[in-house]
Amino acid sequence: MSVIEARDLSLVFQTNDGPVQALSNVNLTIGKGEFVSFIGPSGCGKTTFLRVMAALETPTSGSITVNGMTADEARRKRAYGYVFQAAGLYPWRTIAGNIKLPLEIMGYSKADQEERVERVLKLVDLDGFGRKFPWQLSGGMQQRASIARALAFDADILLMDEPFGALDEIVRDHLNEQLLDLWARTEKTIGFVTHSIPEAVYLSTKIVVMSPRPGRITDVIESTLPRERPLDIRDTPEFLEIAHRVREGLRAGHADV
Amino acid sequence: MRSILPILTVVAAIFVLWYAAAVGLNSAWAQDKAKRAGTSLTFSELVADTWSQDKPKLPAPHQVAQEIWKTTGAMVAKGRAFSKRSLIYHSWITFSSTALGFVLGTGLGVALAIGIVYNRTMDMSVMPWVIASQTIPILAIAPMIIVVLNAVGVSGLLPKAMISMYLSFFPVVVGMVKGLRSPAMMQLDQMHTWNASASQTFWKLRLPSSMPYLFTSLKIAMAASLVGAIVGELPTGAVAGLGARLLAGSYYGQTIQIWSALIMAATLAAVLVGLIGMIQRITLKRMGMAQ
Repeated sequence: MSVIEARDLSLVFQTNDGPVQALSNVNLTIGKGEFVSFIGPSGCGKTTFLRVMAALETPTSGSITVNGMTADEARRKRAYGYVFQAAGLYPWRTIAGNIKLPLEIMGYSKADQEERVERVLKLVDLDGFGRKFPWQLSGGMQQRASIARALAFDADILLMDEPFGALDEIVRDHLNEQLLDLWARTEKTIGFVTHSIPEAVYLSTKIVVMSPRPGRITDVIESTLPRERPLDIRDTPEFLEIAHRVREGLRAGHADV
Repeated sequence: MRSILPILTVVAAIFVLWYAAAVGLNSAWAQDKAKRAGTSLTFSELVADTWSQDKPKLPAPHQVAQEIWKTTGAMVAKGRAFSKRSLIYHSWITFSSTALGFVLGTGLGVALAIGIVYNRTMDMSVMPWVIASQTIPILAIAPMIIVVLNAVGVSGLLPKAMISMYLSFFPVVVGMVKGLRSPAMMQLDQMHTWNASASQTFWKLRLPSSMPYLFTSLKIAMAASLVGAIVGELPTGAVAGLGARLLAGSYYGQTIQIWSALIMAATLAAVLVGLIGMIQRITLKRMGMAQ
């Protein structure tokens, strides 16, 4: 069952230096419960595509449906949890207050809010930190809190734009492991933008390789790795083979520029 | 506490300069008197005279202090704190129009800022007028405000408060426009993905983000309000208020009275701005935004 379907999707930005083709003829189907990574160099349109899915950008031509609706209808139905590059927590709210923010906006009852905050804080391993303010937490913890915020309401699609980009390798490994665990437990459909090949291969059921000028999809790789993935799966030949194919895809995208 | 010593040093330096300047500026009159009396002054007699004249060009600090005490503390002791000779009474008059003007100016400033941020037409059209309004000297426009309002039957506190408002809304508009626009694009996008309404975005994101900007503006607005209230008292023949005190003092060459009114106005401004600083600290601390 497909959750997201993009057909011949193109997006042209009008800039002062003339039009920029951010996306060109993108065709992609994402099934329910898939974990899809978008990988490619800067300017390949991976973030733009994520934003189109979330109805933060409007495509110039082509179509995209989300749960059978237009992307904007899906947004109005609050189908998305979106995690940005920076945690973007409100400094004047506690961690619990930040997680409650979308719940307040969506009109959940007070009791329900409390219960959900408790639950998602546990889910991201932050229980007991609800009353802290963002500046009292490390960068990794802040990013976990922002993931918790995206999980607190009943969106079945989680879109993540390089959520771990600013974190160091060790924290990143740990969060990747937690994210897989989370995905297994919540059965959400995840779209994940990254720069890192190992991260993409480790996390995804499907890897979308993109290349710039114009932004387009050059390869879609279905992962053959099992859903259960310990960290040391990254040393198996199967993992390295997929990583190799991603690297080849990225290189091919660059070669014809 | 370590800042006490430098502050005291500066204060001491100001007093030394002030006393020295009093000697310099008032000595001509002292010499004149001596000449007419046919005597000559020793240096210590000269200094003593320059620091104790009735209508000195520059009164010495202790003369001003005595005058302030005579018109504040001593009046309170006599139970006449609100007599017409009391600076407390005059400060109160000026304070009430400052406060009313400040409240009106803040209200107008915030309202205009919201309009400018949310309405494209207002964004394009209002700001130039706001800036133009501040290029007109307040001394030129103050009498006209008083006359026009008087003609339509409004007199007393409100005309003076209007002048305060005229000066104080400007920093609030500028600060609040900046503050309401301070949320990052990412935070606005986030609100969009949650399908937040415009009013939710305003109350939960834009308004709290603007608080540090608002308080900075309010401090400037408060000081401007006080200036407005004093200026409003000058051209109108007002009989009460610190501005009226300044005017009366200058009519009769009562320099000591002028200086004590000035010091009183400065103290009032310091207290009011300090009060806002205190509210700022408490608010930002409760919001978790204090450093």
